[in-house]
Amino acid sequence: MAFFLQSVLSGVLIGGIYALIGIGLTLIFGVMRIINFAQGELVMVGMYVTFFLFRLAGIDPFLSVLLTMPALFVLGAILQSTLINRVLDALPQNQILLTIGIGLVLSNTAMLVFTSDYRILSTSYSSSSVAISGVHLSTPLLYCFAITVVITGALYWFLIRTDTGCAIRATAQDREAAQLMGVDVRRMSVLAFGLGAALAGAAGALVSPTYYIYPQVGGAFTLKAFVVVVLGGMGSIVGATLGGVIIGTAESLAAAYVSSGNKEMVVYVLFLLVLLFKPAGLLGKSRM
Amino acid sequence: MSPLLEMKDLDFAYGDVHVLHGVSLTVDKGEIVTLVGSNGAGKSTTLRNISRLLKPRSGAIVFDGHDLTRLSPHAVVELGVVQVPEGRRVFPEMTVLENLRMGSYIKSARPDREKNIERALALFPRLRERRNQLAGTLSGGEQQMLAIGRGLMTKPRLLLLDEPSLGLSPLLVKTIFDTIAEINAQGTTVLLVEQNVFQSLRIAHRGYVLETGRMVLSGSGQDLLGNEQVKAAFLGV
Ligand SMILES: Nc1ncnc2c1ncn2[C@@H]1O[C@H](COP(=O)(O)OP(=O)(O)O)[C@@H](O)[C@H]1O
Ligand SMILES: [Mg+2]
Repeated sequence: MAFFLQSVLSGVLIGGIYALIGIGLTLIFGVMRIINFAQGELVMVGMYVTFFLFRLAGIDPFLSVLLTMPALFVLGAILQSTLINRVLDALPQNQILLTIGIGLVLSNTAMLVFTSDYRILSTSYSSSSVAISGVHLSTPLLYCFAITVVITGALYWFLIRTDTGCAIRATAQDREAAQLMGVDVRRMSVLAFGLGAALAGAAGALVSPTYYIYPQVGGAFTLKAFVVVVLGGMGSIVGATLGGVIIGTAESLAAAYVSSGNKEMVVYVLFLLVLLFKPAGLLGKSRM
Repeated sequence: MSPLLEMKDLDFAYGDVHVLHGVSLTVDKGEIVTLVGSNGAGKSTTLRNISRLLKPRSGAIVFDGHDLTRLSPHAVVELGVVQVPEGRRVFPEMTVLENLRMGSYIKSARPDREKNIERALALFPRLRERRNQLAGTLSGGEQQMLAIGRGLMTKPRLLLLDEPSLGLSPLLVKTIFDTIAEINAQGTTVLLVEQNVFQSLRIAHRGYVLETGRMVLSGSGQDLLGNEQVKAAFLGV
């Protein structure tokens, strides 16, 4: 029982990160109907920023969220206003090519500058764990999850309570009607991409004590975020939150009871089952 | 005195499909002006050009001295020109109250937000009962009331209404038109696009008839109601 509980809880903790990356992806998709295939590479950039802030300035990775988020927000906003705003009315395949291209440029630049070496950010608590009535949970993952909850909560608050947040949701629900309310939808697109990138950057900072840091690490995150978002329903933030936790838990249970080599397979089987029986995703119809 | 809105020789095409051929119209302050015509005549296209959702090939649209063709859609709203689009277009995943709040998104409208919500709910008491319901779950008539209420949230200087009676029961159609007259009596200038020619000419000061992208007739509401051509084409008599 303790083993089962431990697997589920670890899965939920990891799932928080998947949710964070997925929410960013779904936010961008909701507002622009563009799938950002560079989402994982933005996580990678966040990891490197965190790594060097730690290495050069001694800033704790969890504290550095406060710096990686604004830095990635700016990067995202620049990508949106200089590149992606140009393809908003283009064919979907061109939009896909553009975001894939951005991802490639980011990972190859990282390779050029940082080489393809694997780096490890080890903190004093990297391998410590907390035991609660027989269940051992990794300390960095607990911190990571707590911060994820705060960030997600703040995002929900922003989207529901503020005028700008409502304008983002309005743009996602009906772009033209939002324009008729006086919303500058191009600005909302820049904001949405900036926020999506900031969430990826936060995720990058939060996982850097537990993951290897290397230029190609992004691809796996993109794929996982995509699965999370399709599972939850494209464009649904609640769906992505839920999807992240489900995927994290499924993965963790699969690693515990099947084999850790096959955990990915279990995730994709789950994904295919959802696509077969609920093609619009778990919360398919609900937008933001 | 120059008109509040003046459209002059507007030409518009969707790609190669020429839809508006030199359309001109004016709306004076305080008026209800109606633009009638059958399905596909180009009425919505005309309104969408005013709101800058579409860009004309040539022609001028001047509102209170401002050349609208130079502005982006949100700047047109900030000038006080608000459109209630065809098909209501409420935000389906937002509640009635959230939709109304979105109606007063522009900065100049935010200070009077609560007062204007109250005004919209007084105008459409049905909305008050449903204020916390998601707009996507409202009936067609309720969505239309919400769309109009939302359009009033900025206290617009010119309200553009695109077929507000579309798909509503006859009783509700009458309510909507009476409310439009009431909104106008409270000081809002209205440009009303309709296929319901009889009802709209009944409340309008002046009207225009659009036929396949060309303005073919104009006159006072009463004159057009009595016009043989209009009677034959639209009123079925
Ligand atoms: N997005 C579009 N692309 C191409 N043609 C369009 C489009 N929207 C409308 N049209 C055409 O333009 C003409 C005018 O349409 P519209 O302005 O919607 O008419 P109305 O509002 O008077 O019914 C119609 O012939 C219609 O088929
Ligand atoms: Mg129309």
